[in-house]
Amino acid sequence: MSDSSQAEPLVPELTRDVVLKVARLARLHLAESEVESFTSQLTQILDYVGVLDEADTEGVEPVAGAMGLNSVLREDLPTTSLSRDDALSGAPHHDGSYFLVPPILDPRAE
Amino acid sequence: MTAPCSPATTIIGLEVHVQLLTETKIFCGCLNRFNPEEPNVQTCPVCLGLPGALPVMNRRALELAIRAGLALSGTIAGTTKWDRKQYYYPDLPKAYQISQFDLPFCDGGWMDVDDADDGDETQASRIRLIRVHLEEDAGKNLHDETQRGRDSRIDLNRAGTPLLEIVSEPDLRSAAQSRRYLEEMRLLMVYLGVSDCNMQEGSLRCDANINLELVNDDGVAIRTPIVEIKNLNSFRGVEAALEYEIGRQRQEFAECGGVYADSEKQTRGWDADRGVTFAQRGKEDAADYRYFPDPDLVPVQIAAEWIEELRTGLCELPAARRQRLVDDLKLSRYDASVIIDQGRDLADYFEAVAQRCGDPKRAANWVTQDVLRELNDRGQAIGDFAIDADGLAAILARIASGDLTTRSAREVFTALLDDDPEGEQVTVEARIDEIISDRGLATIADSGALEPLIDAVIERNPQAAADFRGGKQAAIGKLIGEVMREAKGADPQSVRAALIERLSS
Repeated sequence: MSDSSQAEPLVPELTRDVVLKVARLARLHLAESEVESFTSQLTQILDYVGVLDEADTEGVEPVAGAMGLNSVLREDLPTTSLSRDDALSGAPHHDGSYFLVPPILDPRAE
Repeated sequence: MTAPCSPATTIIGLEVHVQLLTETKIFCGCLNRFNPEEPNVQTCPVCLGLPGALPVMNRRALELAIRAGLALSGTIAGTTKWDRKQYYYPDLPKAYQISQFDLPFCDGGWMDVDDADDGDETQASRIRLIRVHLEEDAGKNLHDETQRGRDSRIDLNRAGTPLLEIVSEPDLRSAAQSRRYLEEMRLLMVYLGVSDCNMQEGSLRCDANINLELVNDDGVAIRTPIVEIKNLNSFRGVEAALEYEIGRQRQEFAECGGVYADSEKQTRGWDADRGVTFAQRGKEDAADYRYFPDPDLVPVQIAAEWIEELRTGLCELPAARRQRLVDDLKLSRYDASVIIDQGRDLADYFEAVAQRCGDPKRAANWVTQDVLRELNDRGQAIGDFAIDADGLAAILARIASGDLTTRSAREVFTALLDDDPEGEQVTVEARIDEIISDRGLATIADSGALEPLIDAVIERNPQAAADFRGGKQAAIGKLIGEVMREAKGADPQSVRAALIERLSS
């Protein structure tokens, strides 16, 4: 882990605050011990992919995908949808017509 | 407490969302159809966000979007791509929305908005656009209205339907102008066939960004923190929410003297029932969408030939058509706007009447007054109107030729409207002849035909005749009325002149 201070990281250092923020964005509640272990594990992952920073991309056009494909379009033609029962079948809660979720607290805040 | 700050500038930018009129969703073949009665019957693994499902772009959605971008004078990008905008909400099954971040399909553009509601001296303001992009819509949340903490229900029929987002520069300067911008946008999108813009069904919605530039006690111009009002879904709502927010920001400025504890952008909702905006999200929930290119989709290259083909195929746009009615048909700006703002069908009807009766001004008067009044009273669209363009043109042609007075023409118009549509079918010309002869509406232009009538009326009303001769000008009204009752086709001005001549001799 001491290596990370030697390289010049393009990404900001993965601090405890960053981990807490990412957890909140992902709706994850972390125990105190998890905050520490994830901080260290995520730092290792970033160090691992950090090798990409060494690639010389001078003069290389950015690409949005690695497949080299583009303009894959389909015609505006209907396909068969799932039955409602099938659509709902994977949900933890439903009433036979709708997916059910815990009440959204402020109904006006949609 | 009133806010004593002036001069003030209102700064408004709108993000308008328009649902596209495709047959299927943007990235899958589920139907794109408003269907709240049958929740969750238009879904598949792609729009439900099930593992392993892969989205494929709908060509028609892109085509409609490009058409809209061209009509808004935007620059269509040669290459565009898809990005994931990530946030959690129950109506967003994948926990990200496929949208466009840094390479939208359309850059820039503008739309002109008339400044005043009426008058011929109307100036237009050019509202610049930042960009137009495509994205997928979310599903629909139905909240428990009883407030008893019951579960919210989710319908995903709408999830993944194609949505156009049109982002303006902060060029709008008032609530009323913002409303007109939205109305003009709706008109344009419906003209183009890009969207039905049905506001009850949520096909046109918008978010408004607003702040004010105010001058504090030291004469320093200060901008109030920007507020984004989310999910406005009616023209009235947009105008009312912005009016309210202007007042609220002035008040807040007066209270804090332009020194804000928190100058971050704030998100507020609009409560139409109470007529107020309310704070929606805390700072700790500030949006952090972490956009990145969607690896499940490939970039799209839009061929220049395709763009040109779509540009050539554009219909005459409302603004150009309005101008043509003013320039070529010599209508007032006001009349042209009333006709164009009603939509394409009414404008087509008007132009057909104007062309066939040969008098655009008269056609405009009748269409904007008589026809629109009847349509409103009957709750009808022009396509269902009992008098088609040929019928109205035939009536108006008879006014122009002197065969009907305007008053009699109105009676023919009303009679035609009351005709039983299942009744005997004759040509409209023949039917008009019939009404004229049944009701004695033929014009009596020559005074020769009027003379015996006038004499009879004077004889029956010696008092009124004497009063008029004695200097009571008003007494002639009764006499004119009686003559007109017997000679419906007579022109009231001629009757008056003939009566005066007779009484003065």
